[in-house]
Amino acid sequence: MSNTTDHTIHMPGLGGMQQFAQLVQDLGMHTKTNDKLEALVHYFTHANDKDKVWVIALFSGRRPRRTINSTQLQTWCAEVVGLPLWLLEESYHTVGDLSETIALLIPEQNNPAVNGQPLHYYVEQFLQLEKADEATKKDFILHSWQELTSKERFVFNKLLSSTFRVGVSQSMMVNALARILQLESSVIAHRISGNWDPSTTSFDALVSGEGGSVDHSKPYPFYLAYAIEEEVAALGDPADWQAEWKWDGIRGQIIKRNGQLFVWSRGEDLITEKFPEFAALLDKLPEGVVIDGEILPVKDEQVLNFNVLQTRIGRKNVTKKHLQEAPAGLYAYDLLELDGQDIRHLSLTERRAALEILIQGLQLPFVQLSPIVTFDDWQQLTTLRESARDLNSEGLMLKRKSSAYLVGRKRGDWWKWKIDPLTIDAVMVYAQKGTGRRSNLYTDYTFAVKDGDKLVTFTKAYSGLTDKEFAQVDNFVKRNSIEKFGPVRTVKPELVFEIAFEGIAASNRHKSGVALRFPRMSRWRTDKKADEINTLDDLKKMLALYGK
Amino acid sequence: MGQIIEFTDSGLYCPAGQFYIDPWKPVDKAVITHAHSDHARPGNGSYLCHYASTPILQLRLGDNAYQSIGWNEPIQFNGIKLSLHPAGHIIGSSQVRIEQDGEVWVVSGDYKVENDSISGAFEPVPCHTFITESTFGLPIYNWKPQADIYTDIRNWIHSNQLAGKTSVLIAYSLGKAQRVLQAIAHLTGKVFVHGAIWNTHQVLLQAGWQLPEVIRVTPELPKEAFKGQVVIAPPSADGTPWMRRFAPYSVGVCSGWMQVRGHQRRRNADAGFALSDHADWKGLLQAVKATGATKVYATHGFQAVFSRYLTEQGIEAAEVKTEYGTEEEEAITEPEKTDE
Ligand SMILES: [Zn+2]
Ligand SMILES: [Zn+2]
Repeated sequence: MSNTTDHTIHMPGLGGMQQFAQLVQDLGMHTKTNDKLEALVHYFTHANDKDKVWVIALFSGRRPRRTINSTQLQTWCAEVVGLPLWLLEESYHTVGDLSETIALLIPEQNNPAVNGQPLHYYVEQFLQLEKADEATKKDFILHSWQELTSKERFVFNKLLSSTFRVGVSQSMMVNALARILQLESSVIAHRISGNWDPSTTSFDALVSGEGGSVDHSKPYPFYLAYAIEEEVAALGDPADWQAEWKWDGIRGQIIKRNGQLFVWSRGEDLITEKFPEFAALLDKLPEGVVIDGEILPVKDEQVLNFNVLQTRIGRKNVTKKHLQEAPAGLYAYDLLELDGQDIRHLSLTERRAALEILIQGLQLPFVQLSPIVTFDDWQQLTTLRESARDLNSEGLMLKRKSSAYLVGRKRGDWWKWKIDPLTIDAVMVYAQKGTGRRSNLYTDYTFAVKDGDKLVTFTKAYSGLTDKEFAQVDNFVKRNSIEKFGPVRTVKPELVFEIAFEGIAASNRHKSGVALRFPRMSRWRTDKKADEINTLDDLKKMLALYGK
Repeated sequence: MGQIIEFTDSGLYCPAGQFYIDPWKPVDKAVITHAHSDHARPGNGSYLCHYASTPILQLRLGDNAYQSIGWNEPIQFNGIKLSLHPAGHIIGSSQVRIEQDGEVWVVSGDYKVENDSISGAFEPVPCHTFITESTFGLPIYNWKPQADIYTDIRNWIHSNQLAGKTSVLIAYSLGKAQRVLQAIAHLTGKVFVHGAIWNTHQVLLQAGWQLPEVIRVTPELPKEAFKGQVVIAPPSADGTPWMRRFAPYSVGVCSGWMQVRGHQRRRNADAGFALSDHADWKGLLQAVKATGATKVYATHGFQAVFSRYLTEQGIEAAEVKTEYGTEEEEAITEPEKTDE
């Protein structure tokens, strides 16, 4: 839209919560990375230190635990504004977000405090409220609603219900901090990773890396690849490249330091407890080691469909049955630390060599090297890639042999080269309004395939269409609704879409008996009529072929 | 006795007077509440409206049989008494009051209760039956006082100027554009406008309205002329190549829908100002109560919600389906002929 890097309204002298609300608004409005970065830089330049620490924590997934549920919030809001609950629900369906709905419903104070309480005040209050009784919670919330402005109330509610999602990647925040502190982003990324408590860590200690005691669990930021955009042949000499299968599991780091074992997911969650089978690594791994790899369901040295593992991840306790039915294994990709030394600057070839020695020495069947796919020319690799699905792999990873282990998503040295998705033609049968920026459009659809003369629903999809197409479908939904169930509309089964997905698995939670992985609309088949769609049998054939 | 106004396929119909109010299909006799295109459509045999609406109808619909009256100047025919009353929506916008055998019905058309000092202050008209719009008939729509919104707009323009950017304000060419213009005219030496707004502006000037001076955006103007300045453009121009000449620029959309973040983001606006020419939730309730009506029909927008709420409040209410737009007056913006 606009063409320079600078951006919107920043009024001088805003108080803590106001500044933060403005940041959240800016991040939500800007579509360009550069504009978002500017907003973050602006915030980190002007905000107070304690607030900054909390923003770093919030934007890197360290949210305060939810102490109040949405029903309580709705009820209290209805009480304050004196409106019936159904009207609150209608409002919610239009806004698409409860925090925002409440922010809009509570009447604005005539003279809001010019400099209200800072962000850290509210977050720290939330922490204290965890143990408080309901009346105390309610009192604090109603009081805060009154003293905050609508914009501030919105972020307050978001924090409260722990549904904060900002359109900002962690690496963008890291870049903003790096710019202000004039440090390498990789240094910042490392310093803010791992275990630290925002209520006791000072900003200086956090970003200087001198944050009190040494944190032995601290993982390295992951190096992530972009999808390859051109012909592989354009990458040049095949001899410069290492190919591996791309696995579809949980990307993680296994850390052994100070006689302890830590397992981190890419989402920066400490998941050591979830994988009791890895405990055996504690004795076998040497001190001062960090392995980057993929956690996968592995049985008899065969990688299983990721769905097998997913069933146990959500559970609080891992049972014996889980360990038998969905055993987890590790496919090791890379070695980031050896003998307590950061070796990310070494070449991939050197790191791989060290990794191979390490893994072979372990003699643990559930820890494998992610196999290297050998090839002489790109043509041969293209053919090999076709067999990925048979291995429950998503395709290939291409890594430059000379590459260092970088921070975040970077172009140039690492590429992912996925196999083409599976597709099926289906008809839309239900529609629901989207959330956030699509809150006024019907953008969430449920699709069905044919089963004789019946239609059987099998998946939902929300993405893949252009804004213009969404507007057209929205228009169709409004004119062709058959029934209304709350927010869901049953529509005339007329519009046909090609649904693309990455995998398929058996599921008894779905009427169709299948569950798709990453379904999205890949094409609007305006050339097809509803009776030309695929059948339930087609889906079952796909399940038999790819669902293992 | 039948209803003074019936709800037909062509629009709101008064059988005794044999006329329609804001019909969406061509009819013989049309009474027009205001000149927005979803209320004033072409092809009717004759048009009756407030005299401030006539020049704009002339611009939009060409020559027709127009009859104009003022506010509170009743005319009588076929045993009914008809009069127009200010609706506060845009220039010329009127409520229609019809009296027959002592019973009074009022059709609100579009209205807002806050006085924008251009459109005429909304007048509550006592009646038995009130047919009200409900474009923003949800309690999330609570407008800030317009003076505060104008301050927000001016602050936004200032920060754009500091960043060396042109401020492009998106506003409907009839109504919103004139309000915004009044609010910001003194800020910069000149305000640039899109051709569609220019056309409306000229008609209003000729009709004797006092409006700040504007400069029409034409292909001859050099790019540098816009630097740090303010441009007012209709929604139809937003996101088109016409905007390129203003780069670097920032877009601010002025519309009641901007109250909700999702809507704002969907419009891809850099800033949104919830400035509306329609009544907000409280305004609708206030208007309904002020009429003292015992029966209310809600049209145009959130009619189901609004009528249910009124019913629960003890006011007999029902929803009526009409074909007026819910996108605030989007259709007024005819394409620019001379540009691009
Ligand atoms: Zn209107
Ligand atoms: Zn209208």
